[in-house]
Amino acid sequence: MTNPIIVRFRLDYGAFQLAVDLSLPGSGITVLFGHSGSGKTTLLRCIAGLQRAQQGYLEINGNVWQDSERGVFLPTHKRPLGYVFQEANLFPHLTVAGNLQFGLKRIAKQSNTADLQHIVELLGIAHLLKRLPDCLSGGERQRVAIARALALNPQILLMDEPLASLDAKRKHEILPFLSRLHSELAIPVLYVTHSQQEVAQLADTLVIMEDGRVQASGPLAEMQSRLDVPLAQDRDAATVWQATVSEHETDYYLTRVVFADGALSLPLVDAAVGTPLRVQIYARDVSIALEAPTATSILNVLPATVTGLADDHGGRTVVRLQVGNQALLAHITRKSALLLGLHADMAVYVQIKGTSILN
Amino acid sequence: MLTSADFDTLLLTFKVASISTALMMVLGTPLAWWLARTSSAWKGIINAVVALPLVLPPTVLGFYLLVMMGPAGVIGEFTNWLGIGTLPFTFAGLVVASVLYSIPFVVQPLQAAFATIGELPLEAAATLRASPLDTFFSVVMPLAKPGFLTAIILGFTHTVGEFGVVLMVGGNIPDKTRVVSVQIYNHVEAMDYSDAHWLAGVLLVFSFTVLLTLYTVLKTQPTAHQLK
Repeated sequence: MTNPIIVRFRLDYGAFQLAVDLSLPGSGITVLFGHSGSGKTTLLRCIAGLQRAQQGYLEINGNVWQDSERGVFLPTHKRPLGYVFQEANLFPHLTVAGNLQFGLKRIAKQSNTADLQHIVELLGIAHLLKRLPDCLSGGERQRVAIARALALNPQILLMDEPLASLDAKRKHEILPFLSRLHSELAIPVLYVTHSQQEVAQLADTLVIMEDGRVQASGPLAEMQSRLDVPLAQDRDAATVWQATVSEHETDYYLTRVVFADGALSLPLVDAAVGTPLRVQIYARDVSIALEAPTATSILNVLPATVTGLADDHGGRTVVRLQVGNQALLAHITRKSALLLGLHADMAVYVQIKGTSILN
Repeated sequence: MLTSADFDTLLLTFKVASISTALMMVLGTPLAWWLARTSSAWKGIINAVVALPLVLPPTVLGFYLLVMMGPAGVIGEFTNWLGIGTLPFTFAGLVVASVLYSIPFVVQPLQAAFATIGELPLEAAATLRASPLDTFFSVVMPLAKPGFLTAIILGFTHTVGEFGVVLMVGGNIPDKTRVVSVQIYNHVEAMDYSDAHWLAGVLLVFSFTVLLTLYTVLKTQPTAHQLK
């Protein structure tokens, strides 16, 4: 059971048409990514049963929630899911505690309150329990909404742009909590967003949607570096590497992190040795040299292999590289690509000018 | 001072109004819920029918009811078939007429309250395992509380104050159909202004107190539009 989530939907909605056929992993965060109108929220609502696709088959962990051919359609309230809306959508007549208890009162009493305690602590809302939703900030409301969905011990967590209605400051208030969910949750999460930043920070699996269809789907690193997907062409194109803190060079305000096939120097990170990190490398921060540069100010120079090239017809070439097992993208000028004579399977050196830490 | 006959009419009035209000809530709540959420082609027609008593002269409504509930009318034939006789000039007839006359005052505030709540809280409740009926009682009713209060009070007070329909359908029979508004009319007809003053005063104070209480309570209620 490597793909316990099977999603097949067809929905005609006026001019809009949703046609999706997906198999998704049963753990980690799967991000549904696309522009507004691409159908990502509709897809999520169909999975929740809030919207009914005329034709559809939906299976989660071996349980069939919808099968239009056999006339099966489980109503939303019978689906063991958690749903976080774009606006927190808390019940205004209930306190935070009342909101958290709402679902718990309606499921069999097997899930213990210790779970709720843990969730409340995880999301840092213990001090808010007695308040009414009107007395909370937007970020606090959204944290309560996430806790309310998790309190039910759902088999899957569905999140519809949970950060979209928040300002940048509130977003940064919640993102760490979401990253923590990532490491604490055993259940799969489907997360809808149009923000590349959230993709880079949260996604394990990425589903790219366009005009009601799935354009591409797969593991994040693979999706980010695929040249046939517009993500790689984007100005903010980047790849995310998983790395671990190995040592701090406090004299230089630097931190060494290691990944499967090498090491990187980063600006000092406030994290203990051994902490796992997501390191984001923008394609525009990567340059290419044919020989190992001997005198350069750039600390991070790694041997790499060119695995693909794509021209954007605007003077820029997107180069896909492989550093060991890690994919990496570089945006260079078309002229440089021609002068260096880059081609697939060519051994080169990449210089990484800047990095950012995502968690 | 109020005479014992006055007290009887007051008692009868409150009885009619209480029973009518209870019936209107039972009938009006599902009707308002349907009207607030349906996209059916019938919506416009039903809306218009429900609102008709607002614009129709009470005597017109009363006249039609009298005819329909009479022995030759549709309703009259039905009630005769049921073996309960005809409804005009009975307490039951008065209640039926009151319900039809006052129901827009119940349906419209409820419909507005339900529409304000919108789809979102219902969806949230569904994702939290609440069935539609459960959601109605645990989410819709608390959020629509101001609408319910308004509906109950307007329905009740409007029934207390009706005159034209009562006179047409109920007549002026002591202890059966003679309500306060008719009694005041009787007093005035008899040039008995002091008794009329007393009764009218009681109604005035009652109505004002009820409305004042309503608006005070409404001010402190959370409403659906505060939903975040």
